[in-house]
Amino acid sequence: MIRVVLPQHLRTLARVSGEVELDVPAPVTPTAVIDAIEARFPMLRGTIRDHVTRKRRAYVRYYAAQLDLSHDSPDTPLPDSVARGAEPFIVLGAMSGG
Amino acid sequence: MYEGDLEEEPRLSTIQVLVGTRKGAFILTSDAKRERWTVSAPLFAGWEVYHMKGSPADPRRLYASQSSAWFGQVVQRSSDGGATWEPVGNQLAYATEAGTHLWYDGTPKPWEFKRIWHLEPSHDDPDSVYAGAEDAALFHTRDGGHTWTELTGLRCHPTGPQWAPGAGGMCLHTIIVDRAHPGRMYTAISAAGAFRSDDSGKSWRPINRGLRSEQIPDPNAEVGHCVHHLAMHPARPEVLYMQKHWDVMRSDDAGESWHEVSGDLPTDFGFVIDVHAHEPDTIYVVPIKSDSEHFPPDGKLRVYRSKSGGSQWEPLTRGLPQSDCYVNVLRDAMAVDTLDPCGVYFGTTGGQVYASPDAGDHWLPIVRDLPPVLSIEVQVLP
Repeated sequence: MIRVVLPQHLRTLARVSGEVELDVPAPVTPTAVIDAIEARFPMLRGTIRDHVTRKRRAYVRYYAAQLDLSHDSPDTPLPDSVARGAEPFIVLGAMSGG
Repeated sequence: MYEGDLEEEPRLSTIQVLVGTRKGAFILTSDAKRERWTVSAPLFAGWEVYHMKGSPADPRRLYASQSSAWFGQVVQRSSDGGATWEPVGNQLAYATEAGTHLWYDGTPKPWEFKRIWHLEPSHDDPDSVYAGAEDAALFHTRDGGHTWTELTGLRCHPTGPQWAPGAGGMCLHTIIVDRAHPGRMYTAISAAGAFRSDDSGKSWRPINRGLRSEQIPDPNAEVGHCVHHLAMHPARPEVLYMQKHWDVMRSDDAGESWHEVSGDLPTDFGFVIDVHAHEPDTIYVVPIKSDSEHFPPDGKLRVYRSKSGGSQWEPLTRGLPQSDCYVNVLRDAMAVDTLDPCGVYFGTTGGQVYASPDAGDHWLPIVRDLPPVLSIEVQVLP
């Protein structure tokens, strides 16, 4: 199981609390994780990445294992600790005011 | 800005004021006396709600545009008058190659979807809704918001590459459906101007003859005008009113030509304009000092009312702050109800929502401390 931490506003939209656990087929990449999130929570489509281009939204960040993976290719395998479920894949809104 | 037909409502009616703000939406509720109000907890807290509106065909059906710079566009739908909500479709994708419009510096810039500014439910079908977008485009759903289709005739108009954003973005902020003329619709875009369709939105043409904007190279150009809002009375649909960047304008021929009716206003800059529910010649504006000083002249918040369809105006001040007031009233932040006497409502960037239960003669704040108000709509529920 892959553990995912969603930002508060997306947890509210998806009506979940705490971490989300997802079955994600190998290789576990950001693309595969977001595919699984959108399949389970269709209301989150378009909120993390663009519907059409499938690019990460500009103010959304991907963190895992104390690393900022936002600018890596979304098809790069995530750290083994995430793939094993030892650490979560974190989706969050970029820090800024407003 | 109208809810339902023009008829006297029974005293048992419930009034719902739907408020969109920078940090969520609120529903303000009263009985028909419109004196005591309850304020809901925030809906969609933390998100911008540019607009929330009920369906005239089924007032329990509401739609809300929820957006954020972080997480994009969400469309919410309620089927129980706002008690519960469900997110519906949010794939509002331009249907054709986006092309370019003009950027602030005059260079071409590709169209880019940012948010929905205005939702206009159909008069006849609660599942049919038009949506006006930034960057300017018109979308339509026929299935209650699950799927959206762009009506490309507007964005792909030959003048599209000449459109440019106003300070608030290149937004399609006004959608008016003329029930008296099947197929006729109006839209307005900042800063392109007003447009009319006579075939249910398939094709469009600019209707800006008579507008004069000194801020563009050709002040009388076919497009490029920063129209802030349009209003129409359903009983006299050939008459349109416009609050332009500067100038309050009127058309007596369904937008074929416009003439200025700013008259004796203290300033003719502003954002909102609306029409009394039962008197097609009675209109309301809130004059704002200038395009850079977005607050009322002299720190006095005054609604101006004309009972002659423009040109002659009277200030309405009773109950409104007449000193040290420096708020703005944004373009979609005024609405009227259909009771008799007509209620008038507006919201400010300071978070106040004011109501007048007597067509503007007296005002009272319903609530004083909301986030900045983006939009106001009113429903009269049986």
